[in-house]
Amino acid sequence: MSTSGVRDVTGLPTYTFGHHSLMWWGTMGIIVIEGTVFVIAIGAYLYLRSLAQAWPIGAPPPDLTYGTLNTIILLLSAIPNQWTKKVAERENLKLVRIGLIVCLAFAVAFLVVRAFEFGSLNVHWDTNAYGSIVYALMVLHTTHLVTDVLDTIVLTVLMFTGPLEGKRFVDVSENSVYWWFVVGSWPFIYATVYWVPRLP
Amino acid sequence: MTSAEYERERAEVEKTWAEKPGWLGQLMVVNHRTVALRYLVTTFVFFLLAGLMAAAMRLQLARADNDLIGPDLYNQLFSMHGSVMMFLFAVPVLEAMGIYLVPLMVGARNIAFPRLNAFSYWVFLFGGLMIFIAFALDIGPEAGWFSYVPLAGPEFSPGKRQDFWAQLITFTELSALIVSVEIIVTAFKLRTPGMTLKRIPLFVWAQVATAFMVLFAMPAVMLGSSFLISDRLVGTHFFNPAEGGDALLWQHLFWFFGHPEVYIIFVPALGIVSEIVAAFTRRAVFGYLPVVLSLLATAILSFGLWVHHMFTTGLPPAGMSFFTAASLLIAIPTGVQIFCWIATFATGGRLRFHTPLLFVVGFFFIFIIGGLTGVMVASATLDSQFHDSYFVVAHLHYVLIGGALFPLVGGIYYWFPKMTGRMLSERAGRWQFWLFFIGFNVTFFPMHILGIEGMTRRIYTYSASSGWEGLNQLATGGALMIAASVVVLIANIISSLRKARTAGDNPWDAPGLEWATSSPPPPSNFVRPLVVTSRTPLWVTPHPETVIGLPTGIRSVLVTRVHDAEPHHISVFPTPSIWPFLSAIAVTILFIGSIFTPWALVWGAVPVAIGLIGWFWPTKEETATHCKYEVKPPREAPPPSEPAELRL
Ligand code: HEM
Repeated sequence: MSTSGVRDVTGLPTYTFGHHSLMWWGTMGIIVIEGTVFVIAIGAYLYLRSLAQAWPIGAPPPDLTYGTLNTIILLLSAIPNQWTKKVAERENLKLVRIGLIVCLAFAVAFLVVRAFEFGSLNVHWDTNAYGSIVYALMVLHTTHLVTDVLDTIVLTVLMFTGPLEGKRFVDVSENSVYWWFVVGSWPFIYATVYWVPRLP
Repeated sequence: MTSAEYERERAEVEKTWAEKPGWLGQLMVVNHRTVALRYLVTTFVFFLLAGLMAAAMRLQLARADNDLIGPDLYNQLFSMHGSVMMFLFAVPVLEAMGIYLVPLMVGARNIAFPRLNAFSYWVFLFGGLMIFIAFALDIGPEAGWFSYVPLAGPEFSPGKRQDFWAQLITFTELSALIVSVEIIVTAFKLRTPGMTLKRIPLFVWAQVATAFMVLFAMPAVMLGSSFLISDRLVGTHFFNPAEGGDALLWQHLFWFFGHPEVYIIFVPALGIVSEIVAAFTRRAVFGYLPVVLSLLATAILSFGLWVHHMFTTGLPPAGMSFFTAASLLIAIPTGVQIFCWIATFATGGRLRFHTPLLFVVGFFFIFIIGGLTGVMVASATLDSQFHDSYFVVAHLHYVLIGGALFPLVGGIYYWFPKMTGRMLSERAGRWQFWLFFIGFNVTFFPMHILGIEGMTRRIYTYSASSGWEGLNQLATGGALMIAASVVVLIANIISSLRKARTAGDNPWDAPGLEWATSSPPPPSNFVRPLVVTSRTPLWVTPHPETVIGLPTGIRSVLVTRVHDAEPHHISVFPTPSIWPFLSAIAVTILFIGSIFTPWALVWGAVPVAIGLIGWFWPTKEETATHCKYEVKPPREAPPPSEPAELRL
């Protein structure tokens, strides 16, 4: 076979950003799977609601304060997140470090507020089916938050200690893509958990 | 290029892609073919065990008023048989074929995300071991393969049996989801230059369609099984009507997955059929585009069907007619494929009746009967009659065994030479086929009649006055024939493995890229990626162009563009690692721990996190090697104000 024609690919880049990178595809795969989980969980919420005589069952709706506050924090966190993605794609290590730390500051803020959110749901998971599904949605979303925060911490440490290569900036960039998913899925869950019980 | 240079390149590539030696090396394997072979062997063992359980059930049912097996054990047996066959055999075995073949068929050196691939295998293995150990300890599942609540709920199934079932789901779905992402990314991004969308092998399309079904279907059942276990463990009320929950919620969640599940098993089998038909008629499958569209349409329609499993649950009549229509509609894409295959037979070269083709023809016969009975149960009125009778048992085995197992066995005969370098015996293959084909029909055809006569499924015995004994005895006799055919298959495999590797690269004179490399292939599958110019590369260009210029000192894999498969960049693939194995152990501790205490979700998360961090964290030498070969992507010049780059 060594005698037939050849096609030379010498000099192609050994990593890339954006939708050509395998990391992007992997991230999209996770997003599709988890997005489906969210959609089905919200579907289960609405299904249980459609069966109930009154909704919420035997509890006042969740208090709005902390949930709304967290919505604002989450939406705002998109800004440093997107900025970090940008500077990562320029492989500017100094700015990436700053960006990641700002992102982490936001992360700590909303995790703290999230703890208060759980305190103001006005229902427990074992009270009734309403409480169960509310907890399911909140726990699901919180799991994603925590996962991404851990991810970000690991990346931040790595950015300070190394060892680094160009590919690692792709990791930072894809971490931001995943963050967009965590942010983007929240308004739907927020609307379901906090506002659907207030519908007439 | 001289052949000496080529040989040097071959040696370097082989060294770079070699696995690590020793038993530790065995736990670090990331080669997709090794992982796939492990999957194949493991799933086959699970199949044998589930088959023994079926044989036990058939022996119990062979005589009226038999007391060989009591009701409690019988419940566990059919629940284990059904769950194991579906979750630990049928789905993963066809995925394993994908893990082995998709990278080879698209000309890639490994599957995308090879370490995740290894991880998925370990998770799968541990989940399977867990359920068999639970069964051996008399805590196996007991509520059938779909575990309906309230039967499976805390009230009617106390103890831990159903919790193990729920975690079996979590284990297997996790591994299936991972594999699906790998297959999609491999098929879309790792295709060798020239393999445009229109040249993707049909088997690969089938695997892609399946992977998409998995992505959307499996989350539903994972969520369902999490709800189930939390109802049982921490007192939630998802399925408890007394507290606003609903038992039908389980059925919705389960069948949203369960119906696509049947197609998740069946569609990859269609892909196998297409490959075999093409190879043995010596003609590319007639109507490439309609076949591809049919595969994709099947994937989409399979979701519209989920409600037909609940015809007897009292849905509004208008909804019923809609879903009856959808159920019938899905027959169309399957019909299209059958016509395309027939046209291929009609217009192809002289048929070569080797064992793989024999199994495909067996598939046609059985599947058509299964399809007809399927159309019968898809109709809401008839379904109300047959529901929960042996008619359903007969139908589901016709579809699953005829639709998936026959093509699968054909596929094993077909690709065995590639996997091992050895041919299976044709004579034994014919024996196996006829034993299987006749045994299968003798086992399951009488069950249609038993069902019409009113024998319900999942009963451990029946009275002599029912008049069902004769047909049941016949069915048991058939089951023994199937067992004999499996013994022939095993003997055939073992005796072939003892012979010399004489198969050669392409024993069937088949067209696909998997046949363009040695049998079994070298560690990197291909010494150099091959350039493709048609759908049947080896028939058109026996000596294709090759790709040069990939660095040989790192595991370089060519990444191409989705639509035209033009080279885009090089991805550096990971080397063997112990972390996938360790992470899988951590995940196993978490999953099994959570059967006993919800706190396992908290403390169990710590080792998982450690495992994943260890997995991700780059080593110094690895990074140094990568940096040596690093070529940065082209990008716009940074704005002048930006501070100088900092490099570590
Ligand atoms: C190889 C020979 C096989 C035999 C003799 C056999 C026999 C049986 C028997 C006797 C039952 C129990 C019927 C009842 O009491 O309701 C059963 C159920 C079932 N079988 Fe098989 N089977 C075989 C292969 C398979 C395969 C290959 C699959 C899947 C790919 C499969 C999937 C199932 C399922 C899903 C059930 C329903 C379990 C339940 O009721 O929850 N079987 N089979």
